[in-house]
Amino acid sequence: MAEKKMTFEASIRRLEEIVGTLERGDRSLEDALALFEEGTKLMKQCSTLLDKAEQKVLKVTQQADGTLKESEFYPPEGE
Amino acid sequence: MGEAITVSALNLYIKQMMDGDTVLSSVLVRGEISNYKVYPSGHHYFSLKDAEGSIRCVMFRREAVGLRFRPEQGMKVIAEGRVTVFPRDGQYQLYCNRMIPDGIGDLHLAFEQCKAKLEREGLFDPRHKKPLPAYPEKIALVTSPAGAAVRDMIRILGARYPLCQVLVVPVRVQGAEAPSEIAGAIDAINRNRAADLIITGRGGGSLEDLWAFNEELVARAIHRSEIPVISAVGHEPDVTIADYVADLRAATPSNAAELAVPDSEDLRRRLRHLETRMAAGLTRDLREGRRVLDRAKASPWLRAPLPVIQESRQLLDYRQDQLVHVVEKLLLRERTRLGKQAAALDALSPLKVLGRGYAIVRKAEGEIVLSTRQVDVEEALTVRLNEGELICRVERKEP
Repeated sequence: MAEKKMTFEASIRRLEEIVGTLERGDRSLEDALALFEEGTKLMKQCSTLLDKAEQKVLKVTQQADGTLKESEFYPPEGE
Repeated sequence: MGEAITVSALNLYIKQMMDGDTVLSSVLVRGEISNYKVYPSGHHYFSLKDAEGSIRCVMFRREAVGLRFRPEQGMKVIAEGRVTVFPRDGQYQLYCNRMIPDGIGDLHLAFEQCKAKLEREGLFDPRHKKPLPAYPEKIALVTSPAGAAVRDMIRILGARYPLCQVLVVPVRVQGAEAPSEIAGAIDAINRNRAADLIITGRGGGSLEDLWAFNEELVARAIHRSEIPVISAVGHEPDVTIADYVADLRAATPSNAAELAVPDSEDLRRRLRHLETRMAAGLTRDLREGRRVLDRAKASPWLRAPLPVIQESRQLLDYRQDQLVHVVEKLLLRERTRLGKQAAALDALSPLKVLGRGYAIVRKAEGEIVLSTRQVDVEEALTVRLNEGELICRVERKEP
């Protein structure tokens, strides 16, 4: 996560907005093409997020001063 | 002796006293049933008693249909209701709205008492329920770091929606320390805004095992939480106080994990669907654009401009002819009019009069002579005839 990208939620919401606009068909062809391009990009971004995502699990413990400390979490063994 | 009052006034006074009492407005009473009678109206009448006393009770049909057991003579029960006076016979009685069998331990009573209290305070009110985030980014699991519950939740969350980060907030879920640890963890996550969804719970167990989730401390922390909380305690039939307060109740920890996040497979399907719709929208736009273009291309201006120009040129020539024609006509008319005016003018000319034999007499300086008074004898005058002029001298004047 070197660069701060749009969250999945923001991406998919924007994507829905774009689809809605394209379906209404009230934009100029230039706008429609630009939206399509943006939509395709978001689509790819969302798919990549889903495909490449690796679950991150952390342990969070409370410090004496009330702040939280994150550390590695080792799931319990078991079947 | 003071002023005497009527019996009904006294009963009314007692009733108002009792109705104003907060303890009597909702009490839990433990006792043994006697004289149980169900009337055709559907109302139940009975007494509750213990070794030393007895109280009359009524349970109206509306509440009685909610009974999950059949009350019988001698049965030990816990009844909940309000105590007030029935003014007609001056009897106070318990208007019972709930009743459960007793003898299942003090925990049950504590549960019922805590539940009744929090319900009265409105902690279970549906308007306090917060909506869950559609795509949570961080989920805090307030649970035991050991055991199947946490493992199942992590596995299911990872399988469904690995985008979501999981924060395990280890707490004890049973024993004396458990309630304050659970409540403290929920508060700490809120304070630090560490997650956008909290799941708190544990695997199934006995009523005693699950007890922490029936504690008021935990219920209040869940209620206080600004971050939505899913409760996930035990297996299906166990309902805890935490379940009532939580924004969403899951039957088990695994169920909570399923409810907490969307499924990647569904999302992929949805993305594909969006892609199809998006492409369809653009295709339609392109088709529309193509049609406009085709129509433009079909225009004769673009297809064969020369004939169009020639045609226009022809039209121009025609118009030019028309213009010349009109102007000529106009000139002719004006010329004719001018001729007529000239003839009229000509008729008025004094020279015409000379043609008929008249003459114009002028003095030397040009003044026209109209009277003899204008001239002197011997003065030279000019006489203009039709042809030529005479220079004459005046010989004599006759008046």
